[in-house]
Amino acid sequence: MDGEAILGALQARFGGALAETHAHRGDHTALVERGALLDVLRHCRDDGALGFDMLADLTAVDYSKFPGREDGPRFEVVYHLLSVPHNHRLRVKVRVSEDDPVVPTASGLWPIADWFEREVWDMFGLRFAGHPNPKRLLLYEEFVGHPLRKDYPINRRQPLIGPKI
Amino acid sequence: MDAAPSGPATTREFMLGEGAGTGGGTQPMQLGVGPQHPAMHGIIRIVTELDGEVIRKADVEIGYLHRAFEKDCEVGGWNNAIPYTDRLNYVSPLINNFGYCAAVEKLLGITVTERCQYIRVVMAEISRICDHLTCVGASSMELGAFTVFLYMIKAREFLWELVEEVTGARLTISYGRVGGVKADLPPAFGDQMRAAFKQVREVLEEVHRLLTGNRIFMDRMVGVGALSPEETIAWGITGPLLRAAGVAFDLRRVQPYWAYDRVEFEVPLGKNGDNFDRYLVRMAEMEQSMRMVEQGLEGMPGGAINVDFEGREIPVDAYVDRGKQGHTEGLLLLPITLSPNLRGQERPAYTQVNVADKRVVLPPKETTYGSIEGLMNHFMLVMDGNGIRPPAGEAYFAAEGANGELGFYVVSDGTDRPYRVRCRPPCLPPVAALPRMIEGQMVADIIPTFGSVNMIGGELDR
Repeated sequence: MDGEAILGALQARFGGALAETHAHRGDHTALVERGALLDVLRHCRDDGALGFDMLADLTAVDYSKFPGREDGPRFEVVYHLLSVPHNHRLRVKVRVSEDDPVVPTASGLWPIADWFEREVWDMFGLRFAGHPNPKRLLLYEEFVGHPLRKDYPINRRQPLIGPKI
Repeated sequence: MDAAPSGPATTREFMLGEGAGTGGGTQPMQLGVGPQHPAMHGIIRIVTELDGEVIRKADVEIGYLHRAFEKDCEVGGWNNAIPYTDRLNYVSPLINNFGYCAAVEKLLGITVTERCQYIRVVMAEISRICDHLTCVGASSMELGAFTVFLYMIKAREFLWELVEEVTGARLTISYGRVGGVKADLPPAFGDQMRAAFKQVREVLEEVHRLLTGNRIFMDRMVGVGALSPEETIAWGITGPLLRAAGVAFDLRRVQPYWAYDRVEFEVPLGKNGDNFDRYLVRMAEMEQSMRMVEQGLEGMPGGAINVDFEGREIPVDAYVDRGKQGHTEGLLLLPITLSPNLRGQERPAYTQVNVADKRVVLPPKETTYGSIEGLMNHFMLVMDGNGIRPPAGEAYFAAEGANGELGFYVVSDGTDRPYRVRCRPPCLPPVAALPRMIEGQMVADIIPTFGSVNMIGGELDR
């Protein structure tokens, strides 16, 4: 299936839950309402013609310093789906505001989402409702803040931890 | 879960004894492996819960090598991220370089020159061989085959000499550029490549004789750490591990980029998805990579680089002096001699491997030093606040790294700095699935399984 057909199929199935679709440089993207996210992802995985059996990547972007988007929802969580049998890709995005930074977890659909979501929590401070193990992935538990947020200065020092000598 | 894996009796079960490790009435033992352990090449902590020698539960902790790669990329210009990408997978840095550049090129909507596409294929495949040599060599050393390690590191040395010949460095090569590569291949590269590959092939032959079929090696590898194809895909695992499970998915074949659709190669497949099949896939892929390099050099357009100065050479200092004295008439026509450090960057070579887009690629050094337009062009690309400015938008580019899908997701807000650079590390999914691979197996199985995952701390923790 080519990207336009994938977006068309999703549009026909979910209609209003798809806030926006676009294709830029050959990457097809569907922007989904948060309430419908899990349904869309599950449909992408289970529908025979779509067959997105791999979650290739899951990450987030903080748009608070992006020109023209300072006032909109602050975060976007980005899912890159890949279908191994059909050899096509899709990007699914969901917008999350700063006041309510919660997204339903996809770890029930793809086990790898577990670690990817932990990394997003670590770096952006977004929570994933229903996550089995919501711990930081790369940084340590005593770390204060979420470094990939745009308001985290790159030169901030963190307190030293470790055994007292 | 059941302690002993069900199924027909294997050599392993025979050695363990019937029903061993079921552990009636005993306490499980916690055993932490790592973060620094002599048999683990890489800093990672595996917390295991043991029942006798059988692993009941395992938990992996990563992050010891976190260097804020993604945050650092947002601080400098688009080309400034390239040295950081060297340090992602430090065994095959060329693929990271090119993968990042290709993502930015996709965002810019430009296509690199034909010759550059071939150079990228050639250099990326040499890197892939280095990576596989290191992986197989190190993991067999951990199984006691120290000779194999020495042989393979020797072979890698020949390849690193090739890399050094082209890029000027062995590890931190920074050879990729958005819109091309730093410099063209040296003139004698073909002969050097053939000499090096002859040695590498001999080493591979020897290693095959030493390992494939070796009783000790097989006992530790066959049937250990296996994942089914469905599970491998659900865990997001790509690359040699996916192909070892029998899934013919190679981005170079199914979503070809650069010149991969113009070289012939096979996609080696395994059957059982265990450590032994991963080893076989890696060994076979090295031969395929060498085939690709040979074909790439043969099919490379542009031919030999013949820079003919026809006696019109003048040294750079003399050139500058003449300019200072006001003798500028006809200066542009005079070629200048570049420092030997800039070999391959002479104007004819440089224009062959870089796109002719003044907004993206630095002008060749002759133009920079020799004309005011070139100088301005150069400054407009390197001065703070100027530089490459992709239009606002986002792009995801996936290259077949040595460990699997190496993805770069780049977001631009239209300025000269990346708004967001995300690297999708190919070895993160298999490390996440490591508990799944070793649970129910024995403590000693951690080592070969962890070796076959080929964890690279640089790209795992970024």
